[in-house]
Amino acid sequence: MRVATAMEKLHYVLHAPQGDTYADLLFTMIERRSKRPPVTYTTFEARDLGKDTAQIFQDAAREAVARFNPQAIIVGASCTAELIQDDPAGLSQAMNLPCPVIPLELPSYQRKENWGAAETFYQIVRNLADKSVMREPREGRSARANILGPTALGFRHRDDLVEIHKILGTLGVEVNLVAPLGATPQDIARIGAADFNIVLYPEIADEVSRWLEKTFDQPAVRTVPIGAGATRSFIADVAELAGADPTPALGDTSLRLPWWSRSVDSTYLTSKRVFIFGDATHAVAAARIAREELGFEVCGLGCYSREFAREVRAEAARCGIEALITDDHLAVEDAIAAVAPELVLGTQMERHIAKRLGIPCAVISAPVHVQDFPARHSPQMGFEGANVIFDTWVHPLVMGLEEHLLTMFRDDFEFADEHGASHLAAHSPRKIADAVVFEAPLVDIPLPALAEAGASGWTDEAERELKKIPFFVRGKARRNTEAFAAAEGRSAIDLETLYDAKAHYAR
Amino acid sequence: MSPLAILDGCTAERAPVNPSAFEAARPVLRERGQREVFCGLTGIIWLHRKMQDAFFLVVGSRTCAHLLQSAAGVMIFAEPRFATAIMEERDLAGMVDAQDELDRVVTRLLERRPDIRTLFLVGSCPSEVIKLDLAKAAQRLGAVHMPRVRILNYSGSGIETTFTQGEDACLAALVPVMPASAPDAARELLIVGSLPDIVEDQFLRLFAQLGITKVGVLPARNARDLPSIGAHTRYLLAQPFLAETAIALESRGATRIEALFPFGVEGTSDWLRAAAREFGIDEALVEKVIAPGRERARFALSKLRPQLAGKRISFLPDSQLEVPLARFLQDELGMELVEVGTPYLHRAHLSLELDRFGANVRVSEGQHLERQLDRVRADRPDIIVCGLGLANPLEGEGLTTKWAIELVFSPIHGFDQAADLAELFARPLRRRDMLKV
Repeated sequence: MRVATAMEKLHYVLHAPQGDTYADLLFTMIERRSKRPPVTYTTFEARDLGKDTAQIFQDAAREAVARFNPQAIIVGASCTAELIQDDPAGLSQAMNLPCPVIPLELPSYQRKENWGAAETFYQIVRNLADKSVMREPREGRSARANILGPTALGFRHRDDLVEIHKILGTLGVEVNLVAPLGATPQDIARIGAADFNIVLYPEIADEVSRWLEKTFDQPAVRTVPIGAGATRSFIADVAELAGADPTPALGDTSLRLPWWSRSVDSTYLTSKRVFIFGDATHAVAAARIAREELGFEVCGLGCYSREFAREVRAEAARCGIEALITDDHLAVEDAIAAVAPELVLGTQMERHIAKRLGIPCAVISAPVHVQDFPARHSPQMGFEGANVIFDTWVHPLVMGLEEHLLTMFRDDFEFADEHGASHLAAHSPRKIADAVVFEAPLVDIPLPALAEAGASGWTDEAERELKKIPFFVRGKARRNTEAFAAAEGRSAIDLETLYDAKAHYAR
Repeated sequence: MSPLAILDGCTAERAPVNPSAFEAARPVLRERGQREVFCGLTGIIWLHRKMQDAFFLVVGSRTCAHLLQSAAGVMIFAEPRFATAIMEERDLAGMVDAQDELDRVVTRLLERRPDIRTLFLVGSCPSEVIKLDLAKAAQRLGAVHMPRVRILNYSGSGIETTFTQGEDACLAALVPVMPASAPDAARELLIVGSLPDIVEDQFLRLFAQLGITKVGVLPARNARDLPSIGAHTRYLLAQPFLAETAIALESRGATRIEALFPFGVEGTSDWLRAAAREFGIDEALVEKVIAPGRERARFALSKLRPQLAGKRISFLPDSQLEVPLARFLQDELGMELVEVGTPYLHRAHLSLELDRFGANVRVSEGQHLERQLDRVRADRPDIIVCGLGLANPLEGEGLTTKWAIELVFSPIHGFDQAADLAELFARPLRRRDMLKV
């Protein structure tokens, strides 16, 4: 689905029960897409089973083709539809649809999401690539490259592409095709016209690039330009395949990470212990940046994709540790708790784990949350990506001088240890916020009032009711109710007052 | 003039139900096609918060696990009391006995979580398709783990249940294990449908003030502490999606009290009055008890009415809450109902609600997504209530939407939540008017 949604004028007919449509909201909500994913679900029900589910599939496919008029469709079965064995491939091929039909076999009980995306992309390219479109002789023209791998819901794929285009522009390399993101089936047909491929996200594009290597004799750049060093290697690799001079691209003066990392304030980053988990490409890149470009100590490294375990194990060996290859988030949580790192770099899951354990965290890999699709340009790749990574990883940590101040004033009541870094109000422990709320009303209340109705004028019953309100609005509810009670001249706050105030403040 | 047209606008009066007249006066658009709705597993998200001693074990695929993980991502503060036993290829190929595997998973789970007193085995699409007998499993495992843990089963699969029907299936599974009340017991009231604790407590206080002393709630906060049931039970539905649960309750002798659902001033008043009437409570006392809340709600709603009056609204099918919510928005806030779509229209439970609808309201049942979106684009209502998968795409087309799921997760029942409920619809409209970008 990430591949289908990334492309244009392609439609996916998915044999699936109702409920599976929840997948749409991953795209429309997390990525804030303003278009529905191009997916038609058959949404069969129990009463259809053993009767006419095959007919439902054919009707859905016919309607989808008529309504959306795609250049090609892909057809597949979800985990449940796989069990009823309707064979969407055979069914759709028997229908004589007016566009190419690409059947997908994605055994969901064996394989996982990244494998499915790679396989989908591979089948699309295999079925649609026009083998008669070959690259022309190089004389008198610029080198042409395909950029392979960016998808919908990808972590910073949109912004990475901008950086890659910038580098290729400086090197004088033309882009023949970006796929899957933004490509139409007709664009895919021209994939053979490029001189070489850039495998930007191996999890998605590795299989395709190997087939292209065999079929069109296209070499591939496999260096992933995440980090200052890797970006330099990437530029050198592209320049070599394109026969271009790498110097202008290497001389890009917008790279700030090296100096930011060498400046004295960064001394405090030395040997900070960091735990890294994500997809293989981002985890390996993060480990290398942590070691070589920020001076951290990598105390844990792992990934959730078994297909790329070898690369992760090799990098872990360089860090002198054992790699953790698992898709069980409880195992990851145990590993993090065991090594007690000072920073966690991970996916959305590790962010939750770090939050529970009270450890600073930055996100480096999909799967991610809505806040990891920022409005601003925020790449991971290229020199600007390296700058972004410096900021993103260092920001959650307590800053250099401040660390000393925290130690010096550890017992000062205004500067307690648990306050954490001054620029991280949202991350500081919640009990402080509660304490402020509870202290405030105590100050001005005269003694007689205290004796009558609890410490704050609240009856026990009203106080209990208040506790049922979610903590993040409780403080506001308390302040509003007290202001209302004061304005009305009510001395005690009982249930009636609480709800009268609620009605009063309704918009 | 049809009976409906006469009733229209005569909101305080209750008319006897005449389903055939209803169908004759108002054709219901029944549709079949792609349905953009959640499956019943989603209900676990609120049910596990409500029943604090219960654990929900879904027997399903990675997709089921992913749904629960992403949908429940909001509640990361507590260790969740739900999990998915993921079926893999060896389970399906018969290489291992799925029942043995399940025994192993349940035993390990119960060892790890001694606080669990009720365990629900929840069926999913794949487990239903391969006909994995979870009832048998629940019985077998129950024999081993009772009395410490009671083991029940229901299906939350997408091929059988739509979104809130998952709660219906879960509550229906609880009914057979409710204790029987004594044959000579006094009349008891049972509130059916999970409500946020704060709302449930408001209602319990009101019933206490009315002098109705024996009041049970289903689901109870403690799933092992179920209220009793028998021929003297009168039950009041708090949610409109409990068809199976109602049948199960009636098979144990309980009788339904017919009322509007407790949304808004009128719904809540009618709901409370219907119960009071059933228990022979003096009219004057009823008036005295409900007046403060009712007046507060009227006052709070009066501030929202100018923002919503005259605005046109369409509901896409989602939670089965559509009909009573539409009635509230029409009668109490003056909104114009364009289309009210619902996944399933329970004509008996909703007859009083449907009687209130204006003559031109288009009621649709089931879904053919593309045709429905065509209607939405042709109607261009001021606001569309729809699922999260459709909200941003419709906003992208310049339409204003309200996420339906918020209506399921927020406290919206009763007098003191009436304005909160209205505000959920007013906010997107206000925001649309505020933004200058």
